[in-house]
Amino acid sequence: MVEIFKGGIPVIETLERWYEECKLEGYGAMIPFIGIVRPDNGIEGLSFDLYLPMLNEWFKKWQNLKEAKIMMAHSFGDVMVGETSFLCAVFTKHRREGFKYLEEFVEDFKANAPIWKYDLINGKRIFAKDRAKKLPGAGILN
Amino acid sequence: MVKVEFLGPIGKKPVEVEAGSLKELKEILNKDDSLKPWLENSAVAVNDKIVQDLDVELKNGDRVVILPPVCGG
Repeated sequence: MVEIFKGGIPVIETLERWYEECKLEGYGAMIPFIGIVRPDNGIEGLSFDLYLPMLNEWFKKWQNLKEAKIMMAHSFGDVMVGETSFLCAVFTKHRREGFKYLEEFVEDFKANAPIWKYDLINGKRIFAKDRAKKLPGAGILN
Repeated sequence: MVKVEFLGPIGKKPVEVEAGSLKELKEILNKDDSLKPWLENSAVAVNDKIVQDLDVELKNGDRVVILPPVCGG
């Protein structure tokens, strides 16, 4: 299951918990990725909607890897500049395959996880349409 | 009846419609002008599974979700 937080994710606390949970499972590498909200275009922050049933279904295929373990957390609602909205950690025996999994995982996440991002500008949510990607089969009802 | 939910930025309340197939649902949804810009780029899931063609029968109690382009992270 994806860990879901309202607002920014408590980064260090979550990474520490994942580290403690997994450090004796035989993995020699833990590669975290911390997605921080940037102050682009004067935004105050970002805001997110999630569709949990399909988000968890999407994540399942990443939870059944033979040689790697992936933990993930994401925010819903408002996340201000400097806070973290996306956190994951890849555990592998060695670093090389860990970096490979991290790249593949984040790419798949960006393309397929049912999450919608909004810029927060003057307290209003504006859908980040220009940064959004169509899901497979998009447009069939058009 | 089939329940249709509009996710994320579409911002429309769920509706219940009589539709025996996705083709029929397409006709019904296209009558709503406010939905048209979203239908152009949204994907469709039936009972939380993405479908990629219109040859899908719908039965009473099925849930259809309309998923606009995504952007997590």
